[in-house]
Parts: sequence; C-alpha cells; structure tokens
Amino acid sequence: MSNNITGNEVIHQYLRHNKKFPHVLCAGCGHGIVLGTLIRSIHSLGIPKDDVVVVAGIGCSGRLAVYVDFNTVHTTHGRALSFATGIKMSNPKLNVICIMGDGDALSIGGNHLIHAARRNIGVTALVLNNNIYGMTGGQSSPATPEGSTTMTNPYGQLDKSFDTVELAKGAGANFVARGTVFHVNKLEKIMTQAIERPGFSLVEAITPCHTQFGRKNKYKSPVDMYNWLKKTAVPVERYNELPEDKRADRMPIGVFVERDRAGFEEKYYAMQRGFLKAAAKGGK
Amino acid sequence: MPRRKKRKEIFALGNEAVVEGALLAGCTFYGGYPITPSSEIMEIMAARLPKIDDGVFIQMEDEIASMGAVVGASLAGRKAMTATSGPGFSLMQENLGYAIMAEAPMVLVNVMRGGPSTGLPTCPAQGDVQQARWGTHGDHPIIVLSASNVQECLDMTITAFNMAEKYRTPVILLLDEVTSHTREKIEIPNEGEYEVFSRTVPSMPPEWYKPYEETVRGVPPMPPIGSGYRFHVTGLTHDRNGFPTQRPEEIVELMDRIHRKIDQFFYDIQLVEEIETEDAEVCVIAYGSVARSAELAVHQARENGVKAGLLKLKTLFPYPRRHQEKILAKAKTLVVPEMNMGQMSREVKRVNMGRAAVRTINRIDGQIVTPSEILKVIMQG
Ligand SMILES: Cc1ncc(C[n+]2csc(CCOP(=O)(O)OP(=O)(O)O)c2C)c(N)n1
Ligand code: SF4
Repeated sequence: MSNNITGNEVIHQYLRHNKKFPHVLCAGCGHGIVLGTLIRSIHSLGIPKDDVVVVAGIGCSGRLAVYVDFNTVHTTHGRALSFATGIKMSNPKLNVICIMGDGDALSIGGNHLIHAARRNIGVTALVLNNNIYGMTGGQSSPATPEGSTTMTNPYGQLDKSFDTVELAKGAGANFVARGTVFHVNKLEKIMTQAIERPGFSLVEAITPCHTQFGRKNKYKSPVDMYNWLKKTAVPVERYNELPEDKRADRMPIGVFVERDRAGFEEKYYAMQRGFLKAAAKGGK
Repeated sequence: MPRRKKRKEIFALGNEAVVEGALLAGCTFYGGYPITPSSEIMEIMAARLPKIDDGVFIQMEDEIASMGAVVGASLAGRKAMTATSGPGFSLMQENLGYAIMAEAPMVLVNVMRGGPSTGLPTCPAQGDVQQARWGTHGDHPIIVLSASNVQECLDMTITAFNMAEKYRTPVILLLDEVTSHTREKIEIPNEGEYEVFSRTVPSMPPEWYKPYEETVRGVPPMPPIGSGYRFHVTGLTHDRNGFPTQRPEEIVELMDRIHRKIDQFFYDIQLVEEIETEDAEVCVIAYGSVARSAELAVHQARENGVKAGLLKLKTLFPYPRRHQEKILAKAKTLVVPEMNMGQMSREVKRVNMGRAAVRTINRIDGQIVTPSEILKVIMQG
C-alpha cells in the first residue's frame, strides 16, 4: 500500500464499479461522509474485504450497503441486527457491521438494539442519526428533538427524544460512542476503535438531513446544518465540566463506554469446545 | 448382499422427531422464540445443538428476530431452521418474504393451534393453511409440507431441508398439535438410507460470479458469506448482480425465475400418498392428523362395500393438482375434512371445477376430526 495516496483513492478501491451509479443520496447529505469514515477505518485496520459484512436496514442509511465492495446484506426495516446476529453466530471470524437509521434502530428496531447490546454480540452497530425519517419523506423519528417540526408533527414534537448513547449504555454494550459528520477525523477514530473492540459496539453518527429535517427547522441549507453540528457538539470530557444550565443545547461527543466483556459468540463457542473436549475424552 | 444395519428405534414426540430429522438433514443453526405447541422443538434443539460440532442455538427476542437470525445464518452458509405457532408465524411473515426474494434456504416449522389471535394455545387446528400460502405480501411461490404421524415428522423435516437447499427457498412444514404432541415409536434411518441435499456452491472464480444469474434449473449457486464471493443481497427487486432495479425487463426476469424454479419441478415437490384410490368412487382428501382419521374411515367404508379412497397430501403447496386430476377420472364424490372452515377445500374445488361433488367436514372447536365423522359422510356417497 502506498503511503501517499489520497483519501479519495482509498475510497475508490472500495466502491463497486459494476453498480449502476449515481447513488440515491441528496447532495449535502451526511450519510456519505459516514460511509467514507467507515471505509477508511476498515482500510486502516487492514481488514480484507472478504472478511467484512455490512448489514443494513431500510432507509436512506440502509442504501449505503449497495455501493461498497464488501459482503453486503440490505435487510428489512429495523431488523438488520437480527440478521447480523445470525451471520456473526454462524461465522464469528467475520467483521459484521450494521448500518441503521435512527428510525430503523430506535423505533421499529428498538427491541433488537436492546437485546443485541444485552447479548453483547460481536457486531459493530452504526446508528446514522439524522433526527428524521429521511427516505419516507420527513416524518418524526424517536430521535426528533422536542419542539421541532416534521411532516407528522406539524405542531411540534411533544415527546422527548431518545438518547441512543444512554440506551446502549444501559443495555450493556461493550463500546458506546457518538460522533458527527462535521468532526470527521474524530468519527473515523471512534469507528476504528468500535470495529476493533470485541462484543457489541455502538457508534451514533449525527448526520444532517437538510432535505427533510433542515428545511422545516430553520436550517435552510446543508451549510446551516454543518454549522449547527459545529456549534452544538462538544467533547464529552468538556461537556462533563460544563455547568448544568450550559448543557441544555450542547451534545457531548466522544467515547462513553469501553468495556471488555467477551462477545456472546465467544462465550458460546467456548462452551461448545468444552462439550466437544469432554465428549472426545469419552465423557457425555 | 451385506445385511442392512438395523435402524435405531425410539419412542418420540412429533416435535422431537422434527429435531431428529433436522439434525439428520444437516441443520446446524436454530434461532427461535418459544410458543406452545412448538416449544419442545426449541427446547430439544437448545440441548442438542451446542454439543454438535459447529451447532448454533440462539434464543432470540421475538419471532421477527428469529427469522432474521435464521436468514442471516442461511446466507452465511448454514442449514438453518426455526419453529413457531400461529401468532409467531404471523410475526415471521415479513422476513419470510425476504427469504423468498433473497433466495435464502431455510426451514420454518409452524405447529398450528386454534386462532385467530392467541386463540386456543393447546388445541389442535389447521387454520394457518392459507396463511402459509399467502401470509407474506407479493406474488411468490411457496413450498408447504405437512406430516400426519411422528415418523413422517422426521421424514418430512429431512425433505423440507432438501427442498429448501435444492430450490434455494424457504420451506414451511405445517404440523398440527395432535401430530406434534403424539408419542410413537419411530425408526431413525441410518446414514446412506436417506438423501441429503446441500445447495450448489459456485465453481467459477469470484469475478465471474453473478448471484442471481439464470441457470438451467433456475437456481443460481450460492456461496456462504465470507468465502471470497462478495455480492449484494436485498429484499428489493434486483438484477442478476443483486442490485436494486426498477427496469421492467429485469423485474420480469427475476419474478419469472423465482416462479419457474418451483413450477418446473412439480413432480419432485408435490408429494402425496394414495390409499385405495385406484378405483375409488368416494375419495377423501386430507392432511395432517386428520389424514389418519380418514385412513381408518376409508378402510371401514371398504369393509362396508363402499369404494372409498384417500389422497393424503404431504405437500400442501404448490397444490398437488395432477394427483387430484387423476382421482377425478373415477371419483364421483370428494370428501375434504379439515380442522378449519375450509381452507384446503378451496384448492380442491378450484381443481375440481364442478366435476365431482365436494363434501366438506369442518371443525373449529379445538377438537380432532374423528374417523366415524368422516365415515358417516363417505357412506352418504
Ligand atoms: C415494516 C416497514 N415499515 C415501514 C417501512 C417504510 N420505511 C422505509 S424507510 C423508513 C424510515 C427511514 O428512516 P430512518 O431509519 O431514520 O433512516 P433514514 O432514511 O433517515 O436514513 C420507513 C418508515 C418499511 N420499509 N418497512
Ligand atoms: S432525504 Fe435526507 S437522509 Fe435521505 S439522502 Fe436526502 S438528505 Fe440524506
């Protein structure tokens, strides 16, 4: 591998040339940036393409799988983690990465998210949080901030928005982090850590959808949205030192949980080796 | 000639026989969620699979997840299965459709109980026949098998896996509570006495491989994920490469092939057992535990001088049309007993096209259909 190749050249090695481009994403959408960080993370870790499985749900985020030259599975809405669990248990040597939207992961797939984290299955979950249902035209998602307007909340979102990080933490994930597509290098770094860590890792990537969310909520252009990310995101270390009243419109980013429990597949196969050894010795 | 090794005999529950059959067929993955009256399948799998080399058992959080995990395992190269009952079957339908579209082989056992809704958890019924056929959305073929006794539970589970692998499709095994909770002596076949079919894997280099390409049988080879063949799997209508498409000619090509790979092989897929059908003037068409009652009724009718016969359906879908056609050459009356309001008699009538009289016997009270009930209708001619 040459040391002086550009980021784009790296990405070109991982795109599918036989796929009928152009892609489905709007110009200025943050989802492509997340995919870029994922590719560069995998590249820097030196994982062969054949050992990577990208499992995606349904939504704009779910479409990312089709463009990259890995083993890719575009599943049903909300169920990506269950497919990923079957794949990982069947072949624990594979690096299984699950791409989900916020509606995908937190609403219809909320139960699967909790249980994948509880089980601590060795999958890396990427939640692309754009605060909205992008693909279906801008209806509210569990991550839509209180007070903001959507197609199904024309008078403003009344209920509280879900905190993906707190949810994954509580459910027992080994690694939990949040990044934004404005802070690209940081996002790439935590993505790399997430993939390397055994057990269940979750990275929430805040990615703007100006088309559906921004347009209705005072962020008219992609630039407005990226400026919003720049302004609200603060490293978690700094966030923790802020006085209570200063925290309200700030969003902590960085790594929140790093644990080292063995992944479910690891524990299962260890148990099985025990049985097989005992049987070989003539036991039952 | 070398003496055949004596078969192992066990006293087993229908559900237990399903597990034996699955393991003989090479099943190494079970993902499921418990529900009466299918739970024993899951419990026995939980005990057996971890002790088998590479066997994986996982209890998922619900039936939707169970189907997801099973399809994932199938894509990763496993022979995988799940088992459930009515309400769970309903939850599995979306991912069942996915398995059809992605052409992921797998076996889904549904031990029917009374419904709708949570209905009658411990009572027998055959109310999911049309759900098995049309439960998921869209136009698609489906293979649905059934069994009427414990030995058949074993045999048909092996058949289900073989058909799933041969045709790259999910196969549903529909049982009823009576069959799966009956305990009988069964024989475990020795290795070599039964066919074990495994999916064809590609032999061409990865660069040449197209995952959804046309082949002679209409069934493209299928490599396990992670074996060097990188491709895209999706529930969206896709082209030969697996990429989403909306081009009419590509849509039609895919849908045609998915139908044709099953239609071409009706002779292999449509399994029936014919009992005294040769000269039958009154012929019963039945499946599941009801076929057992029907068999007795047919023998009793013969003793009473009535030319009765039984067409026992082991394949429910695609409906064994040509077998019924053959019977219609002689039969003046068809009797269709079922533990539902007439879900299979619809198929019988569709093929009958007014040729014979069709008499239905329908029970929806959680009770079995008895031989005397069927005999009474046969005797009416
Ligand atoms: C079972 C089911 N329900 C609903 C839908 C319709 N649907 C498609 S994408 C989507 C929401 C996508 O939003 P999100 O997951 O946030 O992803 P985004 O498009 O914003 O990236 C919905 C509701 C579906 N495909 N399947
Ligand atoms: S609708 Fe939103 S999330 Fe979807 S591609 Fe456009 S900007 Fe991205």
